[in-house]
Order: sequence, then C-alpha cells, then structure tokens
Amino acid sequence: MILLVDLSWKPGSLSRDEFVGPVARIVSRAGEEWREEHFLAIPETGPADACGIILCGTALSDNFFSEYPEAFLWLRNASVPVLGICAGMQALCLVHGGALCPACEIGMTTVQVTHPDTLLPKGPAFEAYELHSFACNPPPGWIVTAVSDHCVQAVRHPDRPLFGVMFHPEVRNDVVVERFCSLCRPQAGSP
Amino acid sequence: MKLGVLCSGGKDSWYACYRAREKEEVACLISVRSKNESSYMFHTPNTHLVPLQAEAAGLPLVTVETAGEKEAELADLACAIRTAMVQYGIEGVVTGALLSVYQATRVQRICRDLGLWCFNPLWYTDPDTYMADLIAAGFRVVITGVFAAPFSADWLGREIDADALVDLRKYVRSHRITLTGEGGEYETLVLDAPLFSRRIAIEKAEKEYANYRGFFRVTQASLEAK
Repeated sequence: MILLVDLSWKPGSLSRDEFVGPVARIVSRAGEEWREEHFLAIPETGPADACGIILCGTALSDNFFSEYPEAFLWLRNASVPVLGICAGMQALCLVHGGALCPACEIGMTTVQVTHPDTLLPKGPAFEAYELHSFACNPPPGWIVTAVSDHCVQAVRHPDRPLFGVMFHPEVRNDVVVERFCSLCRPQAGSP
Repeated sequence: MKLGVLCSGGKDSWYACYRAREKEEVACLISVRSKNESSYMFHTPNTHLVPLQAEAAGLPLVTVETAGEKEAELADLACAIRTAMVQYGIEGVVTGALLSVYQATRVQRICRDLGLWCFNPLWYTDPDTYMADLIAAGFRVVITGVFAAPFSADWLGREIDADALVDLRKYVRSHRITLTGEGGEYETLVLDAPLFSRRIAIEKAEKEYANYRGFFRVTQASLEAK
C-alpha cells in the first residue's frame, strides 16, 4: 500500500482533487493500493503500514505546509521509498537540511537530465508541467538529477530511496509515478 | 474563502462550481463572451445563456466581451477577474479545466499576477467517473456543438443521459474522441443542476450542420419551476 500525503492547507480541501486525485489514479493504474492522509494527521512516528510514500503538491498560492516543518520530522527516519512532488519535494528537502528560494514556473518547461535516475524519463531532456512559486536548494550531499533554466527539478538522496521532483509528473509524465510504484514493490528473493 | 467561478455555460464549469460550493463560498460567476468561434480559451456556442443560468443558481455574474484574439482575450479575462475582486471580494478563481495545459497555465498566470488562488477541481479527473457522477448528481446537459466525426446532426440538442453516455463511450473506442469532449469534439450547455433553484427551458433553437461540424444555437429560453 502506498501512502499519498496531502500537503494542502486543510484536510479535504478544494485542492485535494487537483493534486492528490491524479496521482492516486496513476498509482491505481500501476496496480498498487493506496490510501491518503493529510500531512497534519500523520503521527510523529510516521506511517506504519506503507510500502512507499508520495508527498503530493499544492496550489501555487499554498505554502502553508512550509510553516509546519515539525510535521515532517518523521521523514528523516522513513524506512520506505519516498517521492516528493513539488511542495512534497520542498518538504523533503527542508527536513533534510535543504532550503527554499523564490522561483516561479507555470506551464510546460524543458527539463534537462543531469544525472541518470531510475525514476526520470530518458534524457537528455523532457517536457514537464510546472506549478511552483518556490524551489529547493538541495540538502548537503543530495544528488541533483535534473534542472530547468530556473531551478533544480529533481534530486535524490545519495544512499536511500528518497526522491524529489519539482515538476508535476501526474501531468504528462506518469512514468515517474509508475517507476516509483515499481520501486516500492517487494523484490523477488527479498525477505 | 470567497471564489469566482469561470463559467462558459457548459458542464465542466458548472460541475466545478458545484464542487467548489461543497467546500468554499462561491461569490460570483465570471463569464467571457468571445466573438471568435475558434477561441483557444473560451467556449462559445451558448455563452449568452450564462446570465439565465446565474439567475437559476442565484449567483451574481461578471461578464466581459472579447473579440477573441489570442492574447487580447487573456487581457479581457484578467479584466473580468479583477472586476470580480473589486465587486465581490473574491480570493480565488475556479475553472473547469480537465486536461488543457494551455488553458490552465494561462489562468494560473493571471491568478498569480492578481494574488489569487486558483482551483481546478476536475484536473485530470477520471473521465468515466466524472461523466457518470455528472448524470447521477442531477445535471441536465445538452450538446450545443459538434466538431468531429462521427457526430451526426442528431446529436445537436441531445441530452447527455445514460444512453448518450453509452454512445459516447463507443465513439471513444471507434474514433478516439475524448469522452468528456475535452479535445473539442463537442460543446455543452447546462439546463439544470443541483445548485439551480429553477431550470432552463429551451423555447426556440436553430441547428446548423455540415460535415461533422454543427451548432445548436438557443435563440429563446426561459426559467421554469423544477
């Protein structure tokens, strides 16, 4: 089961169907079960039963989540793969020592792959949908796997399966979410 | 949060309005009447009926006319949204965008420039679920324009009910239309919705059709009790 985390400003908001719903449909199509939680409803110990976690995006005006860094501390000890999308990438970076900087992109943008990555479309470049008013200075040691003319577009932890994408893969880049789902499946031969 | 809903009179904008009203306060509708029937941004066949729909829903309406030229129509839309901010204190805009990155991007940019929230509650929704929900929720929707094969003249004015949905699903398979008409294959007009206190009765309409392209233009309509 994959946990989808809603980062919108309140549970069950009008943004939920725009930012959680489309990701949920890709996860379902990939054959995975999912459930969703609002970020403020997740216990300090983190979710117990997920095989993977996707932190979903928010509306352009909605940076409420960034006022609650303590609500994401559990991510430091996450023992399953995590994918942060847009606001989710920002939360993931913040909790691991990164920082946010103003950077607005709206609409289709060319993303350059700077480091081959299991989740990203094939390089050297692909088109992706952007909707953000802040971008990330990645945490120390994290690998930048893609950039646009404006900001870092994708990062990953050097050792653990923690990924962030600034673009919205649920729009025209379903493959990112599909590959993440594959990564969360128990591998043949593993305990 | 006070919201203004962009309204073309078709099913997507009214369903988005319905969803918005479940969560927040819809303070007004915002309608752009384009003189260009090929507008990239705005649906055109029956926008003159939006005032009647607004009356049925008991919602104030901000209307702006545009010549429908590509970038000028965006300035006209921004002007209408700004008017809604001043008159009704809206803090955000709701659209019925389903898949159109072109439309969504442009409305998002206008909202950013005006410091407004932007909501797209039907964004990348599942087409089958959406169309079934629309009918189940009590929306009465008729087709007011067809622009693709294999739509015949019989579709002009046809209600999207369960039977029509079966036919549309066949066309999805046989002609690769989008079920929702998002690809511009057809346009719609909402005659009744759960948030209407009265419904629209079409009294006179004209059909025009040739080569899989046609219009159902309502020339006279009124409100009747539900």
